[in-house]
Amino acid sequence: MSAFGSNPWLAVAVPFIVAVVIAALGRRATAVTQWVAVLGPITASLVGLAGLQGSVASSSVPWLTQGSASIDAGVAVDGLSAIMLVVVGVVATMVVVFSVGYLEHDGAKARYFSLLALFTAAMSLLVMSTNLVTLFIGWELVGACSYLLIGFWYHKPSAASAAMKAFLTTRVGDVGMLLGLALLWKTTGSLDIATITGAAPGLTAATATAAALLLFMGAAGKSAQFPLHIWLPDAMEGPTPVSALIHAATMVAAGVFLIARMWPLFEVSEAARAVVLWVGTFTALFAATIACVQSDIKKVLAYSTISQLGFMFAALGAGAWGAAMFHLVTHAAFKALLFLGSGSVIHGTGTQDIREMGGLARQMPVTTLTWVVGATALAGIPPLAGFFSKDAVLAGVLHAVPAAGAVLLGASLLTAFYAFRVTRVAFFGQSRAETAAHESPLSMTAPLVVLAALAAVLGFFGGSITHALGLEAEGLEAAVAGASVLAAVIGIVVGIVLYAGDLERAEVLKGRFQRVHRLAFGGWGVDALVQRTIVAPAGAIAGWVYRVLDRTVIDGGVEGIGAGAQFAGKIASRLQSGETDVYASLVAVGFIVVMGIVLWAGR
Amino acid sequence: MTLFALIIVPLAGALVAWIAGRRGHVKPRLVGLLTALAEGVLAATALAQMLASSDQVLLASTRGMQLVLDGLSAPLVLLTGLIGVVAVIASWRIADRPGVHHALLLALEAAVMTVFLAGDLILFYVGWEAVLIPMFFLIGGWGHENRRHAALKFFLYTFVGSVLMLAGIIVAVMTVKSTLIGAPSIPIDPATQPWLFWLIGIGMLVKVPVFPLHTWLPDAHVEAPTAGSIMLAGVLLKMGGYGLMRVAIPYAPDGFAAAAPVLGALGMAGIIYGALMAFAQTDLKRLVAYSSVAHMGFVVLGIATGTSLGYAAAMLAMVSHGLVSALLFLLVGSLYERTHTREIARFGGLGARTPRWGGLFVFAALASLGLPGLSGFPGELLAVIAGFGAFGWWISLVAIGALLGAVYNLSAVRRVVHGGLAEEWSALSDISRGDTIAAAVLCGGIVVIGVAPDLILRLTDPAVTLLVRALGGGS
Repeated sequence: MSAFGSNPWLAVAVPFIVAVVIAALGRRATAVTQWVAVLGPITASLVGLAGLQGSVASSSVPWLTQGSASIDAGVAVDGLSAIMLVVVGVVATMVVVFSVGYLEHDGAKARYFSLLALFTAAMSLLVMSTNLVTLFIGWELVGACSYLLIGFWYHKPSAASAAMKAFLTTRVGDVGMLLGLALLWKTTGSLDIATITGAAPGLTAATATAAALLLFMGAAGKSAQFPLHIWLPDAMEGPTPVSALIHAATMVAAGVFLIARMWPLFEVSEAARAVVLWVGTFTALFAATIACVQSDIKKVLAYSTISQLGFMFAALGAGAWGAAMFHLVTHAAFKALLFLGSGSVIHGTGTQDIREMGGLARQMPVTTLTWVVGATALAGIPPLAGFFSKDAVLAGVLHAVPAAGAVLLGASLLTAFYAFRVTRVAFFGQSRAETAAHESPLSMTAPLVVLAALAAVLGFFGGSITHALGLEAEGLEAAVAGASVLAAVIGIVVGIVLYAGDLERAEVLKGRFQRVHRLAFGGWGVDALVQRTIVAPAGAIAGWVYRVLDRTVIDGGVEGIGAGAQFAGKIASRLQSGETDVYASLVAVGFIVVMGIVLWAGR
Repeated sequence: MTLFALIIVPLAGALVAWIAGRRGHVKPRLVGLLTALAEGVLAATALAQMLASSDQVLLASTRGMQLVLDGLSAPLVLLTGLIGVVAVIASWRIADRPGVHHALLLALEAAVMTVFLAGDLILFYVGWEAVLIPMFFLIGGWGHENRRHAALKFFLYTFVGSVLMLAGIIVAVMTVKSTLIGAPSIPIDPATQPWLFWLIGIGMLVKVPVFPLHTWLPDAHVEAPTAGSIMLAGVLLKMGGYGLMRVAIPYAPDGFAAAAPVLGALGMAGIIYGALMAFAQTDLKRLVAYSSVAHMGFVVLGIATGTSLGYAAAMLAMVSHGLVSALLFLLVGSLYERTHTREIARFGGLGARTPRWGGLFVFAALASLGLPGLSGFPGELLAVIAGFGAFGWWISLVAIGALLGAVYNLSAVRRVVHGGLAEEWSALSDISRGDTIAAAVLCGGIVVIGVAPDLILRLTDPAVTLLVRALGGGS
């Protein structure tokens, strides 16, 4: 048993200490400390690797004890945690290295790298927890890091608002999750995950469904599932490497992890699984349609992430949680790759609008090559990683609920379409930019190459991943694989053909369906609806209640009763105009009197 | 002896500060600081002695006057010791009659200590009333524009509650034939108990304050000097929760059982209402004041469950709110000192100009919204868990309150720290070194309790178990 195997707390402690050190040393030390930041994620992945070899000790300490009731803070590394730790560790390492180049000229690097390290610590805690409370602590702390990193450039009003929106929207889900914890405590007498999953088969159907759906609320908020998805596109205001790590590969996948972790509870409730399945399926298609019309490269990727997470939830709902985890792993690799690739493009061109790019292949060869690998993996073309995991998802859903599987096939077609639409418009054809782009430095391209390699080969590790989860691996099914590849090829061809030349064909199409295009571009109006029906009235209601109920009714009543007290008020105010001695002697007299009473009473 | 010293030392310090104040401006604040520090050391010593005793209770009595330190009072005594130091630091630059100001602060600390340490009802009541006097003069003498009105409102509001409480205490003492605080040996007639509970409890509920008896609080806070707000929110409000658990409920357990659903409803109403009102504010200090109503709602909710888990929640929530509200009022006071305004709309983008203050404010806001890992969360978690056991799905309302808690805190950050810097603050200086140190100490406490809340529960466990067992309830 290695040092990492014998102490899983290292995966939390090391990144946390790194975060504190970076913050304490401040901006002058960032030339060194930005590299120290990699120690955190590397430790996490080493603990994860030790876990994959099946040799990690578990550890637990009492966190809250009152009489016989006790909530423990515990960590352990099983197959599921180990996989998550490796994903988090590897992607975070790549993101830290990439950020060294990306944020070379930023003055607030200490805050940035410290928060990245803190995020790693919180994420490690989340995935290793043996107790729902510790898990929830990690869960909320990654949310707080996300909030602080989306608002990293907080002087921009859009970034500050996006940060707040992200925290509040996910908080909607989180309060549901908190209620779920309370319900589980009441019915099972524990918040220990193993105890709960062990007791799950004995729960009544209603209780299991309620608890599962409340946990799913939390998962849907974190993983941006409809209708709680509205925060993720806005979250793109954060630095792009942050989007890659938090809003593509790790934190947003935590919802999938949570359901996989609590699987025995979901297994009991068919109703809850159906909700998960259809919310996931709908989100997958819904977000894919929006991704097809975005012109901001990061917005495309954001909606793509929402859609791909929908695939994972659909698989969970269909009972194929192994497939969901497999897709989580491959998606982490290729989506982090695509996000970092977009970061490299933004760094090289100074714009996020794909219509202002074009022909980047010649100016940014490494970025382009790795991007194409990522896009092909996303589209699901064999033998790249996305093909295998998406095939597993599709097979699982098609077997359970064929209708949902058919919807997902449609979403796959759209996925391939938008992936190659961006590829075609941004990287090939004639340049539409006013200034020439340049390839990014080595610290940025090296992580791209590593992630591209992973996106290319991870698909072959599906069997090992399923095995590590303690499940039976299933082979490819020719019919499903064929349908999926066919959908992908159609999508790719349409994407390339439609956006050939100088976007004329696409413009014509857009002109013909202007209203639909505008609706889709605005996310089918969900965000606007939420703003109009919830956000705006909340402020108005608060203001109204304050003026009418608090000030006029309650306080007005009190002040009215106090009218008689005005007489006393005059006396008191006369006292106040006096000298300091008056006050002091009043106090002194008061104390002498009360002490006298005490001594008299205590005779 | 330590327990007596906890009351005598600040009183003596107050006298010295007052005398020193008449001879110049430097000495009183030094006297204040040294006394407050000594008081903190004394509180820690008393705690150590309590832990060393076999039954985790420290008693001291003379001439029939009894002082008690047990698991219920120990965290609050420690909190008072800490907040006392912070209040002195926050009033470091008071130029107007500093001697009297510090004398009042120390007298206030002595009075609060008396409440928390009192072993008999008379002393408890005397301390309770004595708190009003220095607080009244702190608001009235060193407050802002409408200080007189606010001071009087504070005094009368809480005084009316206290008078009712006195009537209740007299009834209790006459029935039980003993002034010693504890579960009465002669149970009080169950028919008397319902109104006795409300009689004693009403003064405590005003102090908490519970919705709808809260309107004195925002006025008092907005007008009070920074140190006054810190003591008021950090320590004084806790007298309410403490009094309920220590006096009102043990003397009238059946009355409490009948009143529990109402208390629970009031607690939940406070959580939502306080948060909603905080969200509606345009004055930063008033916003923080209303956040107290929301936070103390969790305390009342926990107590209302009548379970040891709920009591533990209340204790955690009180200690946490003491630290967090003191930090917030310290920061708002520091900002006001440099800008002479509390108008939220005039701020914006302060993070860029005053990064230390901005960072601390963001931290305080996250603590205030109950972020796990910080001190607010464990208490809220236990309150929700215990509340769900006692009141079932009604607890969903608390979830709405928790959401609103994030809304007002983050919108305050959004409007004050984030965004572009308003031009009028382009030369603003950052928070002073003294205030930074005080804030850092509070932040440290917030993190420690957030990470290891068991430190508090291990103290409170024996006392809470005893109190709840006397109620006839389980955990």
